[in-house]
Amino acid sequence: MNSAIELIKVCKRYGSLNALHNIDLDIQAGEFFALLGPNGAGKTTLINIIAGLTLADSGSTKVMGHEVIQQYDDARRNLGVVPQELVFDPFFTVREALTIQSGYYGIRNNDSWINEIIHNLGLTDKADTNMRALSGGMKRRVLVAQALVHKPPVIILDEPTAGVDVALRQTLWDFINQLNRDGHTIVLTTHYLEEAEILCNRVAMLKQGKLVALDTMQNLISGISGYTLRLKLFPDTLPAELNKKLINYNGEYYLFDVDSYGQIEFILASLRRINIKVLDMNILQPDLEKVFVNMMHNGATQ
Amino acid sequence: MVGFLTLLKKEILRFWKVGFQTILAPIVSSLLYLLIFNQAFAAHVEAYPDIPYSIFLIPGLIMMAVIQNAFANSSSSLIQSKISGNIVFVLLSPLSYKEVFYAYILASTIRGLLVGMGVYIVTLLFFDMPPMFLPIWALLFIIIGSAILGALGIIAGIWAEKFDQLAAFQNFIILPLTFLSGVFYTIHSLPYVWQKLSHINPFFYLIDGFRYGFFGVSDVSPYVSLIIVTACFIGISKIAINMLKTGYKLRH
Ligand SMILES: Nc1ncnc2c1ncn2[C@@H]1O[C@H](COP(=O)(O)OP(=O)(O)OP(=O)(O)O)[C@@H](O)[C@H]1O
Ligand SMILES: [Mg+2]
Repeated sequence: MNSAIELIKVCKRYGSLNALHNIDLDIQAGEFFALLGPNGAGKTTLINIIAGLTLADSGSTKVMGHEVIQQYDDARRNLGVVPQELVFDPFFTVREALTIQSGYYGIRNNDSWINEIIHNLGLTDKADTNMRALSGGMKRRVLVAQALVHKPPVIILDEPTAGVDVALRQTLWDFINQLNRDGHTIVLTTHYLEEAEILCNRVAMLKQGKLVALDTMQNLISGISGYTLRLKLFPDTLPAELNKKLINYNGEYYLFDVDSYGQIEFILASLRRINIKVLDMNILQPDLEKVFVNMMHNGATQ
Repeated sequence: MVGFLTLLKKEILRFWKVGFQTILAPIVSSLLYLLIFNQAFAAHVEAYPDIPYSIFLIPGLIMMAVIQNAFANSSSSLIQSKISGNIVFVLLSPLSYKEVFYAYILASTIRGLLVGMGVYIVTLLFFDMPPMFLPIWALLFIIIGSAILGALGIIAGIWAEKFDQLAAFQNFIILPLTFLSGVFYTIHSLPYVWQKLSHINPFFYLIDGFRYGFFGVSDVSPYVSLIIVTACFIGISKIAINMLKTGYKLRH
């Protein structure tokens, strides 16, 4: 197997702030990879280092085997980045912006591919509109399009669905999935964890500049033991013996951590003993969100 | 090469699309300067024998317009891209620092030439200009002048983080050097100390050499001027290229 992105001991400080600390990361060609973490965790900094927009203090970073500083030409040709910030050049229309971007990569006649991207991102109606006149979501689509003009083998999307409506989110993911099936490596950051759970095979979690989790989606989720039991009760009280199992009460639902179905029996039995009725009951399967919350709260390092 | 040409074309389109402000407006304001200075000083100032003041003034004003616009082109393009953030499109691409450098100074040079020629053509309509003595010298100095200012614009555009810092660069460096370079007078009319000081101002050689192309007369030999401005271009370019190469204030 060959690496699409390889980081070895990458560090970055901003003054006294440790934005990234000793990051080792190896993303294989063809992966659909999620880079997760709360605000300020260092996701964008990491992406900018891969893209050569930010210079790491130490460590080495490669894209498709090319060092991002010394071999910037090859590294950048292999990479497409959708930046988190909504940036655009107000002097041009959507099509002009895409043609110019193609030119920067040395591609002269790119119209058929540009038309395909425009179509796939639902920008056909806006192709000849000035960038200034687009809505935020439309500008975001153009940013995605600009990252794809040179058909890069590695595509990084920094929160591509922020401010994007449901319909486009679906079309966008269909398109990105198609690119992944065609062999493109996809790295994405998002705060919508369900999105990442559905799309990605492997996950890295960052917390305050440190890598706190790095595993396949499956391993991470199955690594959580047990389920969450969600109950609505009448009368709205709890026997004392269940208090220690309670993890949350939101005024309506009680949430319990349970390791096995046997424990559910136990909870229900103790409720029955004092005549508390169950009005509603769900067993929640472990999900990425739970993994995320655990990681961020416990700070467990793997 | 395609990458370089694309960036060049984009930089040209950027000023061409707003040509009213970037080409026409400077031509009109130069013409106004010319009319006003000519009214105010024609009777009092004699620069060279046989050359009326209004005619003497023209090359200086052309070069002044060239200097201002070549500088404005690269510096404002860069600072706008930096502040709006769309500079990332260039930074993400495989364009080399040299391609970026040459695209920016070439666009500046083209704007400088357009404005310079525009001012020249318009003055022909208003003043009785004698034919140029050696147009090739004039062209040479206008090109090198634009290129120097294009490179200075790159330096200022990268260094400045806000528009007022760029304005400061313009007001405290470009403008004084321009006004003290002999746009409106020959340095021989200055006190001795100021004459000497003018000799360390590179813009003086730009204007003096340019004027030689028009009249065949100059304060210093045009060859000396050519050597000095070329050396100046190389030095300033080295600084600009190095800033682009290391990513100073561009790649954090
Ligand atoms: N240019 C900079 N100068 C100083 N500090 C910076 C700079 N860029 C980022 N930081 C800091 O580095 C840390 C990581 O920022 P980063 O943008 O990588 O976070 P993130 O994970 O992308 O967050 P978000 O989810 O909000 O996008 C933050 O504390 C941020 O304030
Ligand atoms: Mg971010």
